[in-house]
Amino acid sequence: MTIRGAAYIVGAFEHPTRFAPDKSHAQLHAEVAAGAIADAGLSKADIDGYFCSGDAPGGLQSLLNYLNLEVRHVDSTDIGGVSPIVQVAHAAEAIALGKCNVALITLAGRPKADDVRTGTTPRIRHAAAPDVQWEYPYAIPTAVSYALAAQRHMYEFGTTSEQLAWIKVAASHHAQHNPNAVLRDVVTVEDVVNSPMVADPLHRLDCCVISDGGGAVIVARPEIARKLNRPLVRVLGAGETTKHQAGGKIDLTYTGAARTGPIAFAEAGVAVSDIKYVSLYDSFTITVLLQLEDLGFCAKGKGGAFVADGNLISGVGRLPFNTDGGGLCNNHPANRGGITKIIEAVRQLRGEAHPAVQVANCDLALVHGTGGQLATRHGSGTLILERE
Amino acid sequence: MQPTGRAVPAPHPDAESQPFWDAAAQGRFLIKRCTSCGEAHWFPRTLCPFCWSDKTEWIEGSGTGTIYSWTVMHRAKPPYAVAYVELAEGPRMLTNIVECDLDRLHIGQQVELVFTPTSGEDTPPVPMFRPIGG
Repeated sequence: MTIRGAAYIVGAFEHPTRFAPDKSHAQLHAEVAAGAIADAGLSKADIDGYFCSGDAPGGLQSLLNYLNLEVRHVDSTDIGGVSPIVQVAHAAEAIALGKCNVALITLAGRPKADDVRTGTTPRIRHAAAPDVQWEYPYAIPTAVSYALAAQRHMYEFGTTSEQLAWIKVAASHHAQHNPNAVLRDVVTVEDVVNSPMVADPLHRLDCCVISDGGGAVIVARPEIARKLNRPLVRVLGAGETTKHQAGGKIDLTYTGAARTGPIAFAEAGVAVSDIKYVSLYDSFTITVLLQLEDLGFCAKGKGGAFVADGNLISGVGRLPFNTDGGGLCNNHPANRGGITKIIEAVRQLRGEAHPAVQVANCDLALVHGTGGQLATRHGSGTLILERE
Repeated sequence: MQPTGRAVPAPHPDAESQPFWDAAAQGRFLIKRCTSCGEAHWFPRTLCPFCWSDKTEWIEGSGTGTIYSWTVMHRAKPPYAVAYVELAEGPRMLTNIVECDLDRLHIGQQVELVFTPTSGEDTPPVPMFRPIGG
C-alpha cells in the first residue's frame, strides 16, 4: 500500500500578518483554517480530520473545542516545525484508509508579539525529558545547535561563510516580490558575512526571521478534489524520521533527510533530477545546505559550491527554492517553518506564485523540513507533490 | 564569578542519573559502559542504548577528549563556548569549554574535564572542559 495519489492538497492559506499583538493565538489558528477552507471552495462542515502540532495552544483538544469542529480523525504528531509536512502524509494515509475525507492542518503563533527570542535564548523543554539535564546547564539556544553543525561541515568539507550567505541572498531576491515578507531588501554576500556574529560561524543574516501568523492546508480524497474548481496538487510520496545523538555516536554532517529523501523518492517514483522547485526548511542557512546534500541534489560536502552564484534563485539558477522568501526573509510563524513550505510549493504547482518567481512548467515539487534542534534531536519530513 | 562567566543552572537529577550527580559532587566523572556489548555511551542510561541490555556499569571516565565541534554564543553577555567533546572512551558529549581563549577554539583541540559549580544550595557541579595546557 502507498499514499501515491491517495490524496490532494486542495486548499492553502498563509496569514498575511507578521506581527499580531491584537490577535489571540487560537484566533490565528481559526483565521488560517477559515482561509484554507475558503481557498479550497469547501465549508467548515466538510472537515472530518484535524491535525495540529506543538504550536497549538492547549493542544489538539483545546483547538477542536475553540474551532468547534467535530471530526473522526485526529493527529497531533509533533517533531518540531516540520510537523505539518509530515502531517500531509499522515492525512493522505488516513484518507487512503477511509478514516477521513477532508483533513485540516493548521500552524500558527505569535512569538514576535510575545517577544520570544527563540534562537538566542535557551528554553527548557519538558522538565522530565531524559536528555534535558544533560543540556540545560550548558545553555543551548537554537542558533547554537545549528552553529555546531555548520562548524563541523566547514571543517570536513571546506564550506565557507560566503557560500552559506548565498542561501540568504537567494531568499532575499525572492522576498523582494512578496509584499508581506518581513525582510524585502535584496542583500549581498558581503551583507551577510558582515552582519553581527550570533554563534560561530552563523551571522545574524544566516538566521530566519521571527514572525507571527501562520498557515493552513486542506488535504482531500481524489473524488472530492476533482469536484473543486482548483488546480490539482497530488501527493506522490513522503518520508519521515527523527535523528538524534545516537547514544554518543552523533555525526553532525548529515540530517534526517538522508533517510527521508530516498523513501519519498521511491514512493513517488520520480528522480531528484525531475524536481522543478524545492521548498526547503530554512531556519538557518546551514539547514538548507545540509538538506540539499542529504536529499541528493548534490554530493555530500558539495553543498557550498551548489548554492553559490545564485543557483537557488528563480530564473537564474538550476534549482529555485523558497520563492516566497522563505523563513530567512518572508515568514517563520510560531518559530516553525513547515506550513509555509507546503503553501509556497502549492502556489508554484498551481502557477499562483508571484510572476517574477514563478517556475515555468512547475509540475513537480519537493518540500522538506527539519524541526527541533539540529545538533541534538531533529525531526525530518520529505513530501513530493505533483500538479496533475 | 563562575569560570563560565555566567550562572550555570543546576541539573535536575532523576532516579537514573542520581549516581552520576552524587559522584560529580565528590569530583568524580562517571560514564556508563555496557558489559554485554562493550560499548560506552553518553548520556548515561540504565539500559544500553545500543543493545538494550541492562548489564551496564558505571566506570570512572578519563576526563580527557577532543573537540568534535564548537561554537561561541556571541549574543550572550559575556559570550560562552559550547562544544561536542569526543571523550577518550568514544562517546561525544554536549558541554561547555571554559578557561579558554574563545578566539582559539578549534576542532581536534585536546581538552580535559573541569567541574563547574552550579547555582543553588548543595547542587552538584556539571562536567565542562578546558584546553589542555591552557
